[in-house]
Amino acid sequence: MTMAMTMAKTMAKTMAKTMAKTPWEVVIGLEVHVQLATQTKLFCGCSTQFGAPPNTNVCAVCSGQPGVLPVLNAQAITFALKLGLATGGTIRRRSRFARKNYFYPDLPKGYQISQYDEPLVEGGAVEIWYEGQPRSIGLTRIHLEEDAGKNVHLATGAASLVDLNRAGVPLIEVVSEPALRAPEEAAEYMRTLRGIVRALGICDGNLEQGSLRCDANISLRPWGQQALGTKVEVKNINSFRFVQKALEYEIERQGGLLTRGQTIQQETRQWNAEGGRTESMRSKEEAHDYRYFPEPDLPPVMIEEGLIDAVRAALPELPLQRRQRLMEQDGLSEYDATELTRESELTDYYSRAVAAGALPKRVANWMLTELLSRVTDARDVAQAPVAPAGLAELLGLLESGKVSGKLAKEIWAKMWDSGRTALQIATEGGLFQQSDSGAIEQAVRAVVDAHPDRVADYRAGKTKLMGWFVGQVMQATQGKANPQLVNTLLTQLLDG
Amino acid sequence: MKISPEQVQKVGELARLQLSVDETAALAEQLSRLVEHFEQLDELDTAAVEPTSHVLPLGCPERPDVTVASLARELVLSQAPLHEDGYFVVPKIID
Repeated sequence: MTMAMTMAKTMAKTMAKTMAKTPWEVVIGLEVHVQLATQTKLFCGCSTQFGAPPNTNVCAVCSGQPGVLPVLNAQAITFALKLGLATGGTIRRRSRFARKNYFYPDLPKGYQISQYDEPLVEGGAVEIWYEGQPRSIGLTRIHLEEDAGKNVHLATGAASLVDLNRAGVPLIEVVSEPALRAPEEAAEYMRTLRGIVRALGICDGNLEQGSLRCDANISLRPWGQQALGTKVEVKNINSFRFVQKALEYEIERQGGLLTRGQTIQQETRQWNAEGGRTESMRSKEEAHDYRYFPEPDLPPVMIEEGLIDAVRAALPELPLQRRQRLMEQDGLSEYDATELTRESELTDYYSRAVAAGALPKRVANWMLTELLSRVTDARDVAQAPVAPAGLAELLGLLESGKVSGKLAKEIWAKMWDSGRTALQIATEGGLFQQSDSGAIEQAVRAVVDAHPDRVADYRAGKTKLMGWFVGQVMQATQGKANPQLVNTLLTQLLDG
Repeated sequence: MKISPEQVQKVGELARLQLSVDETAALAEQLSRLVEHFEQLDELDTAAVEPTSHVLPLGCPERPDVTVASLARELVLSQAPLHEDGYFVVPKIID
């Protein structure tokens, strides 16, 4: 069967599955706000450090004092260009900032400096891997803007509190086409985008600190209809799981309304994680009228061809390319390659262990079980107490039969706790596997001689007793005998 | 083009301005005259003229990504009518 036929069949199956579930086609587009990992804010030199005491990273510019002027952070431009080029977008040689006007306590100027009709990047796509198939999710645009401050809502009292540390922190907004068709696909898109911006080094990817936040647009339409249905926007979601859950909830809610012949109201909703539902945001219902106009304080941004070339030349390998390389060069399975490229730290650890001489498949297995079970976040493997070369040494001992799989796990635990090498631990603890056939034969003979009754049973046809004999020998050798050798010798002695 | 009192009211609301009926009528009249004044430009053929957002032949000045000391928090907070525990205090925000 050709590749195209396989793909067509899988697609037909997927469609049948989805159609059986609902009469509506789901259309999703995401706007993801990515916080750039710059040292300073977009238009002033205040630090972007997360978790600083409230209002300590604030100056006259980012607190909106009269008479100040914004000065653009060059690094933010370079970072945005990196994503634009990595996703194959068109870089506007002349781009412009615009004012988005609205009043909110976390917005000291009364407007946000954003981009409107001349964004830095247009087009491009994010390649994702979904349900075993590659999918290209088109991008509408990528633009630069500044973040707002943070509001703290007190449970009691009549007041709210405002911290302007985040006001002016650089964000890029990545707007996808309405090209996503399922909540899981939307979550996978966001996961992939996070992998890309981390690989590019332009965002730390800390979801719990709000480094990636997403607004999801979702509408339903009857299968086969061209025109899009009325869309609902779910604001400010900060995890992959919540994106999926919020969208699943909306599909149920909107599908229910449509099935009962009701109409969808175009509105902004928010995800209530505790209640597991989306809720209408009444305060945002008054028609948005941001009165965008060109930012008079900032001349147009002119991007030189030289800068584009330099950024393009320095682009690192992206997670999906790494995944491909691990499958093609190292012969890893799709699953192993996918898991090992979820975080750059995992890929780095893997590559260094393989470079130190370990077999790719063994490294992958060990990392995805023994290594990942010892860290809370996959990114922590960069600081693992056992370095990649240390794992390579252990896997070398395993490969050559010097230690057994069971003992290798014990040695690994000791390496982790003590920081000593596999060779040291195995030598000091006498943990090497015995592959000396003379010594093992002695142990095998001793067991056989001690149990003539069992030997008789075995020879009479109870061949299942072989397992018991192996166990006895392993016990007698404190688990150090090479099990294959034990098997061979026992067979020779009992059957011979 | 005529600017209607309703349009004045809407822009007033967006700008958080409270306008009396008299003020609204007067502003509608004045704004209409302003817009009419600019409409004279329509008499010219500007198809080949690029819209001007800036008059100076300047690119956007950039600065290196290097931290500069922020202001003392007391100074920042003193610009607002109310503050507490290092935060600005504002009327309760209702979402």
